[in-house]
Amino acid sequence: MTHLAQSTDLSMFVTHNASGHAHMDLAVEGVGCASCIRKIENGLKKTPGVVDARVNFTDRRVAVDWNDDTLTAGEVIEVLEHIGYEAHPFQPARVESEEAKQARWLLRCLGLAGFAAMNIMLLSVSVWSGNASDMTQETRDFFHWLSALIALPAAAYAGQPFFQSALRALRTRQVNMDVPISIGVVLALGMSLVETATHAEHAYFDSALMLLFFLLCGRYLDHAMQRKTRAVAGNLAALKADTAHRFGQNQEIVVVPAAALRPGDRLLVRPGERVPADGVVVSGTSDIDESLVTGETHPRSVSAGATIYAGSVNFNGALTVRVTAAGAGTLIDEVQRLLDKALETKSRIVRLSDRAARLYAPVVHTAAAVTAIGWLLAGASVHDAIITGIAVLIITCPCALALAIPAVQVVASGALFRSGVIINAGDAIERLAAIDTVVFDKTGTLTLPDMRVENAADVAPAVLENAARLALSSRHPLAVALAHEARQRLPFENAIEETGQGVRAIIDGVEARLGSAEFCGRTAASAGSDTEASVIFYSHGTVAVAFSIRQQLRPDAVAVIQALRERGVALHILSGDRSSAVAPVAKALGIASWQSGLKPADKIAFIESSKRVGCNVLMVGDGLNDAPALAAAHVSLSPISASDITQAQADGVFLGERLAPVLDAVAISHRARGLMLQNLWLAVIYNAVAVPIAMAGFVTPLIAAVAMSGSSILVTVNALRARRRGVSP
Amino acid sequence: MNVLVYLVPMALALGLAGLAGFLWSLRNGQYDDLEGAAVRVLDDGDICSNKE
Repeated sequence: MTHLAQSTDLSMFVTHNASGHAHMDLAVEGVGCASCIRKIENGLKKTPGVVDARVNFTDRRVAVDWNDDTLTAGEVIEVLEHIGYEAHPFQPARVESEEAKQARWLLRCLGLAGFAAMNIMLLSVSVWSGNASDMTQETRDFFHWLSALIALPAAAYAGQPFFQSALRALRTRQVNMDVPISIGVVLALGMSLVETATHAEHAYFDSALMLLFFLLCGRYLDHAMQRKTRAVAGNLAALKADTAHRFGQNQEIVVVPAAALRPGDRLLVRPGERVPADGVVVSGTSDIDESLVTGETHPRSVSAGATIYAGSVNFNGALTVRVTAAGAGTLIDEVQRLLDKALETKSRIVRLSDRAARLYAPVVHTAAAVTAIGWLLAGASVHDAIITGIAVLIITCPCALALAIPAVQVVASGALFRSGVIINAGDAIERLAAIDTVVFDKTGTLTLPDMRVENAADVAPAVLENAARLALSSRHPLAVALAHEARQRLPFENAIEETGQGVRAIIDGVEARLGSAEFCGRTAASAGSDTEASVIFYSHGTVAVAFSIRQQLRPDAVAVIQALRERGVALHILSGDRSSAVAPVAKALGIASWQSGLKPADKIAFIESSKRVGCNVLMVGDGLNDAPALAAAHVSLSPISASDITQAQADGVFLGERLAPVLDAVAISHRARGLMLQNLWLAVIYNAVAVPIAMAGFVTPLIAAVAMSGSSILVTVNALRARRRGVSP
Repeated sequence: MNVLVYLVPMALALGLAGLAGFLWSLRNGQYDDLEGAAVRVLDDGDICSNKE
């Protein structure tokens, strides 16, 4: 990464603030403890030119302000590298700063509601105990007016999140949970005001504010969890961000972040590098590995005029590439067209909480009306009848119901997060819980995204170590795979790479070579008969080894597939790769239903036909060719190594080399949905008990306060049971 | 009940002081990095560097 810091043009990440200092946000790897914070901040602040440095430990980021005259952005990264932390410049997405603002607003509402609820409760408790003893009517009225003075402005401000959302829903002629909440709060406050003016005994200011306080707690936590996952996703994007070698005006090469590339730019793609953008080859010939794009593991040879896609890996020759606008390639065109179609036909799945709200609002409002009319018919005064009707609305105000689902969602996303799954879509948990079929892509999903040495165990450890250390000096993809085996990541100092052939170095006085068969003085015939494996040769004196390098299954794939099968989930493999490559994988995993050589349209067709017979499909895939299928499926996951377009379509992303997060996601979501339903039932039972009491006219503000906080705490505590981790083998 | 003349305003003033404090801390960015605050308190580097 050193080359990145020294020569990259980082200007796109740097902003200038009001005082003229340059500012940059960096995602930092390896910040794990208190001393890291101090090391980074002190180290940066000691550097001449740095004005301010602040670590955000929650988001694992550093914000640095420096003086442009004495320091460059690259030097800031170098300083961090020197301290021992790898930092990646980060372009804060607009969404994130919007969300930060939203979070502060919610917190301000929460603070205000908390203050108001507590102070009104202080007055209310006095009134309640005074009612039982000897409080004069004047004192009670005074306390009620004081409560109104606090409650009305506080509710007008702190209730905004609910009022706004309710209005939005009503404008589109829909009902969400915020509609009954808003109606309940407004009616409770209005009735209390009227009652206070008529010197009545009961006012419900405390209930209204307490309701807002509880609900804002839930809403803030929900928001904070979303923000956290988004921050982590942003950091991963920064860590993953590629750089590109761009030709400048005078044919000099500038290293730029891939995000800064524009159509028309000319790039140099060297052997072993990942193609940073879609483009057309201008000159040069090479083999490129497009497994991330099409799932095909066999390299394709390209020459001038060929279209290549971002995410492919260049094998052996240097290519000059002209960047084309995104969507210009034929494959991308097809993927985009299918994507649009898939998104169009994707039926809007109604969220559980909205379904509950649609059922709940009419029932409750009818109950309130029936109560008022019933009391009128029974001969009560209009005033008493209306008061009782409103009391029904207050006591049923969906505190528990509105917390029932978000509380579980917050806790479950936390559990998913710890299992290495980052959820993009809010309702993904609900959808994941419903799946009965899992469709896997093969390349990069069931198999590891990069190749591994298959016969490492058959080679003497000392020989393997030497070969692997020699491989560290080459950027060829096969050598990179071999280099994974190096225990000491120390390249040999005298290693020389001969482009297109291999590397050689003097080890213990004897020349060692790593590369093609000819380069190592062998015949290609000694490669063996496995057509799926690529072979790299190593010779050192009398030692001669052929390393067989191929795609390998994720280490826990067999166990995870077995566990999924035990859960009764139907499993399929849909791959764009050749059948000779897919068959062994399907056999190893024991998946009988597999198809190979599929185009993106074929994958969609399969998923659509499963949907028609009523299956809820979870699609797990990483290639560009999987993107439309991910969008078409009921719910989708992709590994973090997936291409950008694909990740954008997935409902969630999982980290690491293991496949276990997929199983965890299914298990945790399943449990979460169970808890959501349980919570809804708890809320229903609460209402079933409370409503008759309210209808009978026995509700006092004290009963309302106890019932509401009791039910809210009950569902929240129940939601905490979603904390348990997944069931990874 | 004359004592209420003092006690009620005092109670409200205390509550408002708490609210003002909360809003100040919010504006001050003290809720931006909650995990960081939790680990920063364990770091006694500032004390050590004073001794040096």
